[in-house]
Amino acid sequence: MRFLLLFSRQGKLRLQKWFTPVSDREKKKVIRDMMLLVLARQPRSCNFLHWRDLKIVYKRYASLYFCSGLENNDNELLALEVLHRYVELLDKYFGNVCELDLIFNFEKAYYILDEFLIGGEVLETSKVAVSDSMEEADTLQETMEEYMSKPTY
Amino acid sequence: MALKIVKGSIDRMFDKNLQDLVRGIRNHKEEEAKYISTCIDEIKQELKQDNIAVKANAVCKLTYLQMLGYDVSWAAFNIVEVMSSSKFTYKRIGYLAASQCFHESTDVIMLTTNQIRKDLSSPNQYDTGVALTGLSCFVTPDLARDLANDIMTLMSHTKPYIRKKAVLIMYKVFLKYPESLRPAFPRLKEKLEDPDPGVQSAAVNVICELARRNPKNYLSLAPLFFKLMTSSTNNWVLIKIIKLFGALTPLEPRLGKKLIEPLTNLIHSTSAMSLLYECVNTVIAVLISLSSGMPNHSASIQLCVQKLRILIEDSDQNLKYLGLLAMSKILKTHPKSVQSHKDLILQCLDDKDESIRLRALDLLYGMVSKKNLMEIVKKLMLHVDKAEGTTYRDELLTKIIDICSQSNYQYITNFEWYISILVELTRLEGTRHGHLIASQMLDVAIRVKAIRGFAVAQMATLLDNAHLLTGNVQRKGICEVLYAAAWICGEFSEHLENPMQTLEAMLRPKVATLPGHIQAVYVQNAAKLFATVLKSGEGSADSTAAQEMMIERLPLFVQSANLEVQERASCILQLVKYIQKLQQKDVEIAEEVIALFAGELNPVAPKAQKKVPVPEGLDLDAWINEPPSESESEDEQPRAIFSKEEPKYSRPRHTEVDEKELAKRREVRKQEQASNPFYIKSSPSSQKVYQEGPGVEHIPVVQIDLTVPLKVPGLPMSDQYVKLEEERRQKDRADKKKKEKKKRKEKRGGGRGKKHDSGPESEEDITPAHMVDIVTEEMPENALPSDDDDKDPNDPHKALDIDLDKPLADNEKLPVRSHRAAEVLKSPTEDEDEPVVQSEETSVVAAPPTSTTSEVSDLDFWLSNAPVPSNAQEAAPVAADPVPEAASGAAPDSEPEEPKDTEAEETPMSNYCLLAENSYIKMMLEDADQVNDIQGNLQDGSQVVVSVIFENKCESFLKSMEFNVLDSLNSKLQRPEGSGAHDALSVPFQLPPGVSNEARFVFTMQSIVMPQKLKGTLTFIVKNEDSSTHEKLEFKLHFTCSSYLITTPCYSDAFAKLLESGDLKCSSVKLEGISMPFHHLLAKICFHHHFSVVERIDSCASMYSRSIQGHHVCLLVKTSEQTVSIDAKCDEPTLLGNVLDEIKQTFSQC
Repeated sequence: MRFLLLFSRQGKLRLQKWFTPVSDREKKKVIRDMMLLVLARQPRSCNFLHWRDLKIVYKRYASLYFCSGLENNDNELLALEVLHRYVELLDKYFGNVCELDLIFNFEKAYYILDEFLIGGEVLETSKVAVSDSMEEADTLQETMEEYMSKPTY
Repeated sequence: MALKIVKGSIDRMFDKNLQDLVRGIRNHKEEEAKYISTCIDEIKQELKQDNIAVKANAVCKLTYLQMLGYDVSWAAFNIVEVMSSSKFTYKRIGYLAASQCFHESTDVIMLTTNQIRKDLSSPNQYDTGVALTGLSCFVTPDLARDLANDIMTLMSHTKPYIRKKAVLIMYKVFLKYPESLRPAFPRLKEKLEDPDPGVQSAAVNVICELARRNPKNYLSLAPLFFKLMTSSTNNWVLIKIIKLFGALTPLEPRLGKKLIEPLTNLIHSTSAMSLLYECVNTVIAVLISLSSGMPNHSASIQLCVQKLRILIEDSDQNLKYLGLLAMSKILKTHPKSVQSHKDLILQCLDDKDESIRLRALDLLYGMVSKKNLMEIVKKLMLHVDKAEGTTYRDELLTKIIDICSQSNYQYITNFEWYISILVELTRLEGTRHGHLIASQMLDVAIRVKAIRGFAVAQMATLLDNAHLLTGNVQRKGICEVLYAAAWICGEFSEHLENPMQTLEAMLRPKVATLPGHIQAVYVQNAAKLFATVLKSGEGSADSTAAQEMMIERLPLFVQSANLEVQERASCILQLVKYIQKLQQKDVEIAEEVIALFAGELNPVAPKAQKKVPVPEGLDLDAWINEPPSESESEDEQPRAIFSKEEPKYSRPRHTEVDEKELAKRREVRKQEQASNPFYIKSSPSSQKVYQEGPGVEHIPVVQIDLTVPLKVPGLPMSDQYVKLEEERRQKDRADKKKKEKKKRKEKRGGGRGKKHDSGPESEEDITPAHMVDIVTEEMPENALPSDDDDKDPNDPHKALDIDLDKPLADNEKLPVRSHRAAEVLKSPTEDEDEPVVQSEETSVVAAPPTSTTSEVSDLDFWLSNAPVPSNAQEAAPVAADPVPEAASGAAPDSEPEEPKDTEAEETPMSNYCLLAENSYIKMMLEDADQVNDIQGNLQDGSQVVVSVIFENKCESFLKSMEFNVLDSLNSKLQRPEGSGAHDALSVPFQLPPGVSNEARFVFTMQSIVMPQKLKGTLTFIVKNEDSSTHEKLEFKLHFTCSSYLITTPCYSDAFAKLLESGDLKCSSVKLEGISMPFHHLLAKICFHHHFSVVERIDSCASMYSRSIQGHHVCLLVKTSEQTVSIDAKCDEPTLLGNVLDEIKQTFSQC
């Protein structure tokens, strides 16, 4: 997988993750193209597109589009599976996730993604393992936040 | 509000956290940019604080802004500060910001090396975790080099959480620092058998990604992966492994054989569509790799196609799409099995979803045949009419043209139909592909001579109705078609019925609104038409009318703003005026005017220029003159604008070059050729007929009967052809049946009947409506055959093409910093006491300390000796074969020969003949093939190349093959310098069972007038698992005199001159009882004896060839009844006698 983008129906970007080095200008161009392409799709079309030398796999969950760019040999159905699994993980973490959760806790969305994918490859296929490590890292963080919120000066 | 004021100044720094920022942005929708710029100012203030919590908060906000598209690269250093915080909370934020914002050119990255190393070895696994995650996003070559060893150590961390991350990061490290691959690979391989499934799947992932790019280095892992595949139940992992096998099978067909069974089992059993799809894909890859030389696995293909059909029929659009995508892969190798699902694919053309329609279109490309082309195109034309978006319509248009023009118009039986399709396509609104249609029209009109009459008529109608094409602003793209129309009408004006009318159409004032380059062509071709009119009747009413029209209308173009148009128009206007003047003096001028445009343009192959080798001693980069000095060039520059540049024309079909200029050049070329002794001269009267090697195409052009009514405006006329074609075919079939019956009566009891009388109608039965000779594109005489596309040199994966089976050398160690050694040891690794990589034993790939050693170390052993599943259908013939005399159970495998045999039946003229054969090996000799010095240097033209195909027929490995020939006085095998005159040449490859390969040997000949026979031997070692024997095979190489001849085209006038020159000695031969058709006879001579047909009139043909030493050989072949007489002339009588003997022998054999 080369990149993962989350954007709303209104064309607002909610999350971007690039698994290969891409220049900022190129990123902007890709994001614009993706939104143009994906948002223009008819409902009940298939979830795959060809764009340049990449395969684009996207899926809409509620008001959010999850859109990923695959290399030529990658399995499209597996990518859909990955997107779905990511949504499940978000759902599990936030409890019935909605777009606002992702907007206000965007860093958490990244952390969850990092526990699930690394460098565009699936890191952990088990839902339980991902949420366990998320929780554990969070407790680590929360205690520190509490610690920090005590005035030290 | 009051509360806010009360808040202390320190508290206020915390007051805007990420949530506040997000909320603020949402509340300031109108002036978002302004709001954010104030926020950024605040953040800059916050970053100046010493408090790390404040900084982290600021960085977190920046990360959000970065996602919205704001540039935050200025804060890179602050991000590094936050990364190096000792608190996990901030470290996490810092690494997240870094992974989002940093890229290779971020200069602060080099400051992070030590920080990251520290984090990697932190006792807290989450510290290590975030560091690894961050690294995966911003690793640079420097970081990769410095940290490779640390990460490799982490691959053996006690916690699986770290292990799996480290394994995955290694892939990124390999990409950036390829030198790390070999030292790290043994450990990576170990991880394939890690107790933790997550780590295992990570290792599978990494190796799969590596192997997909450079499969050959990973073949040795196949047994291990095979084991994993049969034992794993995790679909994620299975998919990766199966994908890996898909990459490996093209390199090792035996692996494919082994895979078929487990894969088909999976296909039957799995419920996961993604796995099913991957299996089908890999089975397809296997079948593609097997299709060369193995019996076809029709059952597996059937299974795949069936499953794909189910996918395509599914209501899920995704499955439909993927099914079509996979079908197109099968199509390449097994078009027949896909073609049977034509109905389904045509149905997909009606789908609402454009992606699906596009995929279906791709498939159509491979499904056409002569039989169904018209029908399919008709359907597509309907879609063109219905299609809404222009992009889809354009796609359809290009597909129609692609489908029709594929492999040199192979499937078109009726070019009239094709021209009318093209004409219909011009009515498309708003298409961008006018130039595509135009170039097709030009191509067809130029290359299919028989169609010119029809094409010209159609083009004339187009020109006449040009207003329909140009009336609308939207139709800008389509007016390109007029370019083609004008050129065709002008160039082939002799076919025009009413040239006056067309001339009028070309000179309408409206033309001046067309784009300049089209106007230019109009003007130029108006001149050609004028010449034609003039010729048809000098002094007639028509010609004077034409003259007046030219003089009246051309001034409009003389005023054109376009220089090209202006120049041509004024030139031609003056010409016409001059002609008028001469005619008033009663001078006959038509002949001279027409001579301006005489001669024919032959198409040039697109790569012709590229293939001309650079002559020896010519340095294209060298300066011809000394480069001008800097100061001078400045003064010269303005002048350069006026110096006329040579017009470059790479594509002859778009001849924008002045026709006169061309004629002039033609003249110059002719002069040059006249003085060139190696060029065959042409006279202006004769038409240039270009002949290709096996002159089968040289079939007289049958006149088209123009019973077909010409275009009725507004009515789609291509449909009529579909009907006509149907009727014609029916008639043909009826005729054929009659003949067939007759034949059968004659041949009653004559063995097996031919296949095609049983089938309803096979592809070969469809004869084209009219024979078309497609003029082949010209190639330079000494074109180089090679034309390989270079791989992208920038591909990062190229650097990872590293042999992993070689033992590690001493210098291949990952850089380890000695002063960090203590810290490295701190991290709890499994093999702490063992220095990483240092010991050779642990890192040698070939000997892993696992139970599978023997399997892994010998892939061939695994592939050849593992029991073949008894129910696999391909195994059956092997088992049925009796084991013959051969030593130690080496059974000759007859399978590979089967496809060869059938092939031989289909193509009776094979270049290869059997040289020698025994139970181990078969040698096939290709007709000796000559290489000439590029310059045609006759003194050096004494080399003959012999291609020999070696085919391993037994089930053992053949190696150390040595090829030797006993030299004669006349001919010698060229051996590498330094080797003795009787030394053998080693064949540069080894042969695994069932494999064949080709080797070439060069011989030097003194004299070529006599045929030569050379005795030779091939020695080789047959190796199987427990023994190896030395074997020897004797053969005789036969160099015929024909093999010294090179097919050389010759024009008839040059041929005539050659015969008249009187330097040639004459000889003749008579062949009796030849019953084959004349063109077969010619084809045979062309093919086996390297002649080309110069001219053919009825049952008489002249042929020409040249020897590698420059002897001309001319033949005159006549046939009457069953006797063929060949009169031959050559400047070397002995050679001629031998060639004639060989021809005689060729025909006595059949």
